[in-house]
This record gives sequence, structure tokens and C-alpha cells, in this order.
Amino acid sequence: MDLQLFGQQLINGISLGALYGLIAVGYTMVYGIIRLINFAHGDIVMMSCYFAFFGYALFNLPWWVAFLGATALTTLLGMLIDMGAYRPVRSAPRISALITAIGVSFLLENFALVVWGGRPKAFFRPDIFGQVVTLGDVHIVLLSIWTPAITISLLLALLYIIHRTKAGIAMRALARDMETTRLMGVNVNRIISLTFALGSSMAAAGGMMWAMKYPQVNPFLGVIPGLKAFVAAVLGGIGNVAGAVVGGFVLGVAEILLVAVAPALAGYRDAIAFVVLIVILLFRPTGIMGEPIVDK
Amino acid sequence: MSSLLSITKLTKEFGGLTAVNEFSLELLPGELVGLIGPNGAGKTTVFNMITGNLVPTRGTIVFAGNPINGEKSHRITARGIARTFQNIRLFTDLTVLENVMVSCHFRVRSSFLSAILGLPGYQREAKTGEETSWELLDVVGLTHLGREKAGSLPYGQQRRLEIARALATRPKVILLDEPAAGMNPAETESLIELIRRIRREYGLTVLLIEHDMTVVMGICERLKVLDYGHTIAEGTPEEIQNNERVIQAYLGERRLA
Amino acid sequence: MNQESRKSAHTHRWRNRLLTLVSLGVFALYLLWAEHNASDYVIRILNNTAIFVTLAVSYNLINGITGQLSLGPNAFIAIGAYTSALLTLSPAEKQLSFIIEPIIWPLSVIQIPFIWTLVAAGIVTAFFAFLMGFPVFRVRGDYLAIVTLGFGEVVRAVANNLQTITNGPLGLKGLRAYTNLWWSWGFAVFTVAVVVRLIKSSFGLAMKATRENEVAAEAMGVNAFRINMLAFTLSAFFQGVAGGLLAHLITTISPTLFTFFFTFNLLTIIVAGGLGSTTGAVIGSVLFSFGGEWLRAVEEPMEIFGLDIPGVPGMRMVIFSIILIFLMIFARRGIMGRNEFSWDWLLERSPLSRVFRGGGK
Repeated sequence: MDLQLFGQQLINGISLGALYGLIAVGYTMVYGIIRLINFAHGDIVMMSCYFAFFGYALFNLPWWVAFLGATALTTLLGMLIDMGAYRPVRSAPRISALITAIGVSFLLENFALVVWGGRPKAFFRPDIFGQVVTLGDVHIVLLSIWTPAITISLLLALLYIIHRTKAGIAMRALARDMETTRLMGVNVNRIISLTFALGSSMAAAGGMMWAMKYPQVNPFLGVIPGLKAFVAAVLGGIGNVAGAVVGGFVLGVAEILLVAVAPALAGYRDAIAFVVLIVILLFRPTGIMGEPIVDK
Repeated sequence: MSSLLSITKLTKEFGGLTAVNEFSLELLPGELVGLIGPNGAGKTTVFNMITGNLVPTRGTIVFAGNPINGEKSHRITARGIARTFQNIRLFTDLTVLENVMVSCHFRVRSSFLSAILGLPGYQREAKTGEETSWELLDVVGLTHLGREKAGSLPYGQQRRLEIARALATRPKVILLDEPAAGMNPAETESLIELIRRIRREYGLTVLLIEHDMTVVMGICERLKVLDYGHTIAEGTPEEIQNNERVIQAYLGERRLA
Repeated sequence: MNQESRKSAHTHRWRNRLLTLVSLGVFALYLLWAEHNASDYVIRILNNTAIFVTLAVSYNLINGITGQLSLGPNAFIAIGAYTSALLTLSPAEKQLSFIIEPIIWPLSVIQIPFIWTLVAAGIVTAFFAFLMGFPVFRVRGDYLAIVTLGFGEVVRAVANNLQTITNGPLGLKGLRAYTNLWWSWGFAVFTVAVVVRLIKSSFGLAMKATRENEVAAEAMGVNAFRINMLAFTLSAFFQGVAGGLLAHLITTISPTLFTFFFTFNLLTIIVAGGLGSTTGAVIGSVLFSFGGEWLRAVEEPMEIFGLDIPGVPGMRMVIFSIILIFLMIFARRGIMGRNEFSWDWLLERSPLSRVFRGGGK
């Protein structure tokens, strides 16, 4: 494979990886704090795409207003799901919360199917993202530059929140030891809501950039990326926010490059994430940047 | 007489925090040793390392001549070290009898196929397990509650059940983590009797974490005192009672009797 | 336990076994009658119910008894279906079906009797479960859900792409309809019997203990890894065989058949029946099989009070997900909770209790 093609695919991989990373952050934060794999997270990404789509296509809002509105709605949705579906089962055995999450995921998917139909909707792509620039021999869609840039910026903002604000420190304390932190007077439910809010807003950002990259919006678009994003979170070290983004990049690049090098395996590209997951569990369960999770 | 359990410079660090610092102990067969200290001193962490629930950062644990640090907890149980838990971890949805019978499972040599087919080899092992369990329930005085759900038991009896369950693994050493916690004086007396009895009848070596000084002074032959992970004193209960450092450590908590 | 109570328990056990055998006999007579007299529609429902019973009871073994959330059934059913189908088709049929790429050797020349294909289906599926379970249970059971979910995708991808083995998107058609009431119910009864005996044994107790508190179970000597693997692999075995039975009931299989919806339905069934209760799983399957027919109507256009309501595809699934969420929040224990049916319980309450109480009380 020549250098130009490699460069093209690398950029592609980085841009895809950034999206996985953004989605992975939500998984890793929620798992870190309440040990729940939020199956509905991928579907929240899907909902953000629909919100933005309708904001733009139905209400004729300027694209950036549609994006902001969609982010707000998605954040709200994430918090609502936590409060309505997950909080009631907080004290129940872990498997109950997991099953509830599956129920919510399935509900979102089929709700979208029933209400908006199964036919894919064509997402819009504003010029600022859609324009193509040329660097030497390589053609780059501006979106491919925006995506990692926005991802890194959001990550830095999130890291600031987690490490330098009181709420963020409470989040980390809860993740480490919920009982003791609760005894110290922290409003656990509020912090958990905040966690969902942050994760969902990151997911929304990821969702809208995903929809611009792959402009066919359908009710099941969140399923496979959601799975892969979770693998990215495990790869980076579950519970570690920066790790989730790193894991996302690694997974995205690996996926694109593998298919570029071995086109015959293209049909199996979704299986790559699965193989990665098994390998991680076998050889390095704590991931790239993770610490072992101690369960009392 | 050589030590049954030999712990040398056992250390546990979490990130920047040292929970246990170079804890050492030579436990001779038949001894009853107490581990005391203020809350958060690292006592349960020591237990967790002995029983394989935590991997030590440094140090060695040798049991009956075999090094066991880093082994998984079920293997350590099979070797002969049993424990109870500080916050009760009973199988709440199972009956009292079933809770004890769980401890007999690891001795079953028959395969699951034998169990499904009901072959005589398995039947024999199952019967032995059930009989042992009823015996132990009798020892702790819970026979009449055998068919009740473990979660429905009053607190004091749950603690006794925990002991029965641990005994059912037929240990040589038993680790009791605050067995008297939350008990009234009558129950505590009863518990002291129980510990004396099982030590005698089953030839056990006992390592005990306790806050209740009645128990500590009543049955411990010697004590080790922990504070912030460091061993600050050791000796007989009488010696410890008058130790300045120990009294300092407990200031703000309960005073020694 | 004294001599007297031991003797009475003994008599009770044999009485119960007799009752169970008699009930099975009665049911067998019903099946015999149904085979010759019932409509095709009823027979189809009976077969479906049997397969769902098999699936639900084995699924409950890993999810309910052992407390580890597996999302694997649709993948395992698919593997079992394909394995069995590829072995019952004759070489000639295979040659005809595989029009894009020929099927590989030795599958091209193998054809074995139905029952052995079922055994193969079970073993192959169990093998994959073993491979998956190994890394997962060594680390933490939490990951089982995601791994099995991912595996479902992998199986779909493989079924779609591995032309030389699965015939890709075309699938396998023209399977002989081997599955009749005897096969489906025979295996269902077998599954229930095996699972019940396992649960009642020391192994079942260890599984429940692991579910209640894994740390404590290990402290009492239970090897949680081994017990989780046992439950998961065994469960997969039964699901694989059920897949083979299913394939030879509907006679056509393709990659699109074994979707997550299948697993979702099973999950709802065992939760509604009572997570951790084999009886509940049976009840749930029966309700689902019969109720499912009714729910199908929701998706057809219907007339209520003279109003025409257009059919809404996907509505069934929305209703199912709402039911599941509702159950988890308000009725987590389902119909049976963790209780099981027992003859003792039934007889104590029936007017005939005096007649059956022989054996000393």
C-alpha cells in the first residue's frame, strides 16, 4: 500500500476512532460509578442524530442551533433514563440493572422505528464540515479534521471537570468507594445524574459528527458503534476517561487499517472489535490505562 | 512447635496509600490471637490478604509450609483457612441449611454428570454434606431454623450461621472478623462460649478481629494492635491494656476496659 | 434429622416421582391425540412452545440460577441450527443449494441421522460457549453480556460471509421437517429434567451461592470460575440442540433469522416467569407462545369499535420492551419469584390432601 493511501486511511481511522472515543467516554464513566454497562448509550447517540435532523429539516433551525438543541435534548434524555429506569433498580442485584438497560435500549430502537420509520434519513452536512481540502496528494474532508480536534477539546474540558471541580472529585470518589463517599455527605443521586449528563452530551457530539460522516440515519445506527465504543472503553481501561478516548483511537485506526490491508476481510470488520475484546480480557483486563477495579 | 501460619512483612498499598505496613505474625497451632485497633487500621485488609481476596503488594504468607500469597481464595479455603466477614455475607435467599451445605461442595469429587444421574458415588457425598451441615447447625444452636431463609434470621443468629458455614469447610485456621459486632452482652457471652467450644472440639487455631473488649480480654491469648496499618504493640491482653501508645490510638473511640 | 422424618421424606420422594411420571404419561397421551387430531395451527404452537420451554429453562440456568447475564441465546441457536442443518442435508442437496460457492469438504460428503446432528449441534455450540466463557469468567462476569452480544454480531457476520460453509445470505432451504411433537417435547422434558436435577444438586447450590455473593462463595471453597463455566456451557448445549430442532421445524434458515429480538424475548420470558425459577421459565414460555399470537395482531390493521387502526410494524417490540422495563422496576420477582413447583405444595392445598398424605406426618 502506498504512502498516499496509507495517509488517507490513517486520517480516516483517526476520525472514526475519535467518534468511538466520544461515545466510549459515556460508557466508561457510568460503569466506573455504578458498575452498569449502559446498553442504551449507543441508542442515545442515535436519538441525538434524529433530534438534530428534525431540528434542521423540520423546524428549519440554523445548523448550529439544531446541534446545540440536540445536545441539550440528548443530555436531558440520558438523565431521564437514569432517573426513570436505572435509579429504581439501584439497590437491586446487578443483573436487574443490566436487564433494565437492555429494555431501555430496545425500547429506544423500536420507538424510533415505529415513530420515524425504518427508512434511513439523509443527514445534512454544512459546508464548514463538508468541504474538501487537499494536502499534497491526500484529500481530506474538513470533518475529518474537526472530529479529532473537537474530541480532544471536549476530552480536555471533561478532564478539567473531573479533576478540578468539586463535583468531579465527588464522581471519582464515588467510583472508588460508594459507601464511604455517601457517608461523607455527597448527594449520590445528583452526582450520578451529572455523570449521565456529561456522558450523554459527549455522546451527542459524537452522534452528530457520526451522522455527518455517515449521513444515513436509521433507528439502529447506534447498535454496532455502541458495542465497539464499549470495547474501546475496556481497551483503554474501564473507568478511565482519557483511556476511553485512547482506546477509541486505537480501535478506529485498527479497524480502518485492517480492512485497507486485507479487503477480503471487509465483511468481518465489525467482528474485529469482538476479537480485540477477547484478547484484552485474556491478556490485559485492566486495559491500557486502567487500574484494577476492587469490588468489596 | 513450628508455626501453622507464618506471615512476614505483609504490605498492601493502594495507589499512594499504605493500608497495611509490614505486618508480621507467627501463629502456632491451637492459638487464639486477637487483632485489634481503631477503625480503618487495616485489620480486615490483613484478613483479605490471608484469604486471597486481595493480592499483597509485598510480603509472604506461609501456611503449613506452603506459600499462599496470591492464591485464589477458594484454593486457600481448600487448604484449610476459613473466615467470616465483617459485614455479613450470607446467601440470603438460600435456607440456613443450604448456606452451610455450600461449604461442603468443594469436597465433592463426583462430576456434575454423576449428580444429574444420581449415581451412588455422588449420593453418598451429598448425604455426608447434608449430615455435616446439620451437625454444625446443632453446634451453633440453629437446628430449628434449618429450613428458614437465611435473610430472615435476626442479626445475632446470622453471625452464628456465618461461623457454622465457615466451620463446614473443615478448616485448621479460622479467621473471625468482628464476630461480636452488634451483639448484646448475653449474646456476646454465648459467642465466647461458642468460640471456646469449637476451638476445643475441632482443634482450631483462631485469629480474631474484635472491638468488643469483653471478647478480646476474655479469650485472646495474645494480641497484636494495628493503627493506620502499622503494628504498634503486641503482647498479652494485660500488657496491652496498659500500653500508652495503644490507649492513645483508641482515644476518641472506646476506651479499653 | 431423625429416623422417622427421614423415612417420611423418603416416601414423599417416591410419591412425588410417581406423580411426575403419571403426569408425563397423561401429557404424552395428549400429544398422541394431538398428533393425529389437532389442526396444523395448534401443532405449530405446541412445537413452538416446546422449543421455547427448552430455551427458557436453559437460559434461566445461567441468568437466573447463576446470576450471570448472558445475551448469547440467538447466537447459540444459530450455531446449533446451522450445524444440524449442514449435517442432515444430503451431499446432492448441498451441491444444489451452494450456488455461489461450493461447500467445503468434508461437509460436502457428510450426511448423518438427525439425532446425531442434534448431538453435534449441542457439542459444537457448547464448545464456542467454552471458548467465550474462558476469558470472561476469569476476569469478571459483568463482561459476559457484552461479549455474548458481540458474539451475536460475529455469528451473524460469519453466517453472512462464510459462503463456503453457511451459504451466506442465501441460507439453507429445504430441510426435512424432522421435528415433530415427540422430538420437541421429548427434548424439552429432557432439558427440564437435567436442569432440575442439576439445580437440586450440590452444583446447583454452588451456582446459587455464586449468584448471591461470589466473594463469600469463593471463601467457602466454591470455584466460581468453574461453576460459571459449567452453567454457561451447559446452557449453550441445550440452546444449540434447540437450534437444530428449530431448523428442522421451519425448514429454512438464514442469517437474518437469529436476531437479538430472539434473545430479548427469552429474557422477557424468564423475567416474567421469575428469574431463578425453572417453573417460572416454563410458565413464561407457555404464556409467551400463546400470548405471542395475540400480540401479533397488534401489528396487523384492526378494527376496534368501528374505527380502522392501521397496523404498526415494530409496535410489538415497543410493547415488549415496556413490559420488560415495567417488570424490572415494579415486579422484579415475576410470577414465581425464585420458587419452584412441588407436588408437596400442591397436595397440601388440594381437597385430596388427606388421601395423598400417606407416609406419616
